Amino acid sequence: MLRDITLGQYYQTDSVIHKLDPRVKLIATICFIISLFIVKSWIGYAIAAVFLAVSIKLSKVPFKYMIKGMKAIVFILLITVVFNLFLTPGEVLVSVWKIRITKEGLQTAVTMAVRLSFLIVGSSIMTLTTTPNSLTDAMEKLMKPLKVFKVPVHEVAMMMSIALRFIPILLEETDKIMKAQIARGADFESGNLIKKAKAMVPLLVPLFISAFRRANDLAMAMEARCYRGGEHRTKMKPLKYAGRDRIAYGVLAAYFAVCIVIGIYL
Amino acid sequence: MGIIKTDRLVFEYIRRDEEGNVEGITRAVDEVDLDVKKGEFVAILGHNGSGKSTLAKHINAILYPTEGSVWVDGMDTREEKDLWNIRQEAGMVFQNPDNQIIGQVVEEDVGFGPENMGVPTDEIWERVEESLKAVGMYQYRKFSPNKLSGGQKQRVSIAGVIAMHPKCIILDEPTAMLDPNGRREVVRAVRALNDVEGITVLLITHYMEEIIHADKVFVMDKGKVAMQGTPREIFSQVEKLKQLRLDVPQVTLLAHELKKSGVDLPAGILTVEELTQALEHAQKYRH
Amino acid sequence: MSIILDHVNYIYGSDTSLAVHALKDINLVIPDGQFIGLIGHTGSGKSTLVQHLNGLIKPSNGNIYFNGEDIHAQDYNKKKLRSKVGLVFQYPEHQLFEIDVFSDVCFGPKNLGLSRQETELRAYAALKQVGLEDDYFYQSPFDLSGGQKRRVAIAGVLAMKPEILVLDEPTAGLDPKGRDEILDQIAKLKEETGITVILVSHSMEDVAKYVERIIVMNQGAVMLDDIPREVFKHYKELEEVGLAAPQVTYIMQALSKKGMPVRTDVTTIAEAKDEILRVLGSGR
Repeated sequence: MLRDITLGQYYQTDSVIHKLDPRVKLIATICFIISLFIVKSWIGYAIAAVFLAVSIKLSKVPFKYMIKGMKAIVFILLITVVFNLFLTPGEVLVSVWKIRITKEGLQTAVTMAVRLSFLIVGSSIMTLTTTPNSLTDAMEKLMKPLKVFKVPVHEVAMMMSIALRFIPILLEETDKIMKAQIARGADFESGNLIKKAKAMVPLLVPLFISAFRRANDLAMAMEARCYRGGEHRTKMKPLKYAGRDRIAYGVLAAYFAVCIVIGIYL
Repeated sequence: MGIIKTDRLVFEYIRRDEEGNVEGITRAVDEVDLDVKKGEFVAILGHNGSGKSTLAKHINAILYPTEGSVWVDGMDTREEKDLWNIRQEAGMVFQNPDNQIIGQVVEEDVGFGPENMGVPTDEIWERVEESLKAVGMYQYRKFSPNKLSGGQKQRVSIAGVIAMHPKCIILDEPTAMLDPNGRREVVRAVRALNDVEGITVLLITHYMEEIIHADKVFVMDKGKVAMQGTPREIFSQVEKLKQLRLDVPQVTLLAHELKKSGVDLPAGILTVEELTQALEHAQKYRH
Repeated sequence: MSIILDHVNYIYGSDTSLAVHALKDINLVIPDGQFIGLIGHTGSGKSTLVQHLNGLIKPSNGNIYFNGEDIHAQDYNKKKLRSKVGLVFQYPEHQLFEIDVFSDVCFGPKNLGLSRQETELRAYAALKQVGLEDDYFYQSPFDLSGGQKRRVAIAGVLAMKPEILVLDEPTAGLDPKGRDEILDQIAKLKEETGITVILVSHSMEDVAKYVERIIVMNQGAVMLDDIPREVFKHYKELEEVGLAAPQVTYIMQALSKKGMPVRTDVTTIAEAKDEILRVLGSGR
């Protein structure tokens, strides 16, 4: 079923990483991703690997669970590797019929594979240990300076959190409407692309109507509960940095500095 | 003046065809006079399309009267300056449990109203705790709403309204999409609020079993108040209720049928207990 | 012509730690022409069960036979099965999508590959069967009232001319009159065409008046399967699983306890009335 997809979904447990302020995790994830593209040497990747391994260990999320949710992405990873492996020109290592593997190809392929898988694991640590809600909170708070440029930060964050709340509901609804139309003899699988696209109409029309009805209901319910935008609003769970967050920032800064140094000199 | 009062309330909306031309005007609410006293449990009955939901939306200032007026705790709903006070004092619970929960965690949803009102953080936590306890959902405070049953979701919605410390709650068919167990849960929670916390309740429904304990019942039809009185007075008019597309609990219907066949029973029997006693009496009388 | 469920089990999420045993060893025979009530509270497995009947869900193990053929056999024609076992989902009006009522009802028969004439004839007949007036046929289905929309959705399934009609809570959200109208219409349809009808509900009151057999589901298993009179005798067990017998059952039980010599196994208001009048009359 559609709602069984676990890719990066919040994993409930009690760990240091879970307790960190979501802003720390968001910034750390961004820094980590950047660091993957700064370093170019094996020692750099080794340091990134250590950083990643420690984070996974601290997060208490079973490594198996983390990998299981990534099955869908393995395909993309493979394609990238294969393309780089066979299509990069350079010094030929192995040659079978028309297929050639070059030294440069091998190098890029491995680098890409490492970068991509680190990137995915790294960001999934964030989503596995942070509820979508606190993540949107963190974004709202971090992007607050943008308000000066009339960016509707609060509204964007509210939209994101509502979208997250309704995704499972709409997925379930899709499943139900699909089944209802199949029960009326609809066929979503066979036929060419045009036929398939046409077959989606009996699914999409009811889904849109339902989404609009829900949006309408929700807007009314929010107004009835005195919602009037971000002004005058207080927070039930305001974000506050604690000691461990400062330590985490320290560790992060050190890691990032090392990566920059390695990136420049090695 | 009562806590909720309407005076010759009329609401009309304009129907348009596909090109946007005016097709006609529909009078959804037609000269309704309502007076609800503080602490009362008032039920509004009516079939689908009788105008009862449209009426309810006026009390929370979601809709404004075309003619006549609505007052909540002495405030006219058309006064813009009182809008947020009215919405805080007259909380509203809607029909679809999925479409009114905003938070992704139960406690966060209950805190949504107080957050909007600008309540300080510590007090929000107090309010969330007491509200969830009042509807018996405290142990679910860390749950995702998607993991709850329909009845539980509606109780969370009710808690979300209580956390705003309203003087009255308007429930717009809160049980229409629930199964019998969910319905019982919600009605029990609503009655407790009325009995224990003294909150004025306006319950809109078409399930007759839910209103037996109401202080006053209004029955709506075609936008007008067609009947009003105590539940007993209302239930004693079985034929009229049927004309208004409603029915009565089986026990009331059976009593009515027996009465029609000549058994001497009082009108408006509401419970199994009442019927058995009356029948016992009738049996002795015949001997 | 019948459906046989033979040791049907359904487990979902079996590869995770959250596996749920939604159906447990279901054995049922659904013969031709019966009017069956399928009762259970939310999560009892009744909706999962009905989705097995037309092959929307494949059992984890066990077999389902329609007219003697295994519906999950390699070469079995599922599309044909779905036209024979019509399934009306809960809130079926949410599946409407066409620009007018008539086209929406045509969707089913059209998918069966019928000629245009046959499709339209069937759609017309189906709309008549649910009692919708001609005036509405070319209106947008979204402009109709809740009760009318539901009729259109039911007609959409009827137009496939099913031999078995399964309705998952067809009265949810309707007002009392709307509920009675739909149920009366279904009963009438049953009488006129003789098809098998399975009515899924959580209300005993609703089904007691119409059905000849009640299947009670609890925690994924069949708890009771009998004629209504016999099922309601177990009213105490029904209460334990969050269900209840119709209120008349309780009235008769209470009267009997007070020493009135009434039969306690009545299931409808009309029966209860006759029974009480009989006892009152004989006392004179």
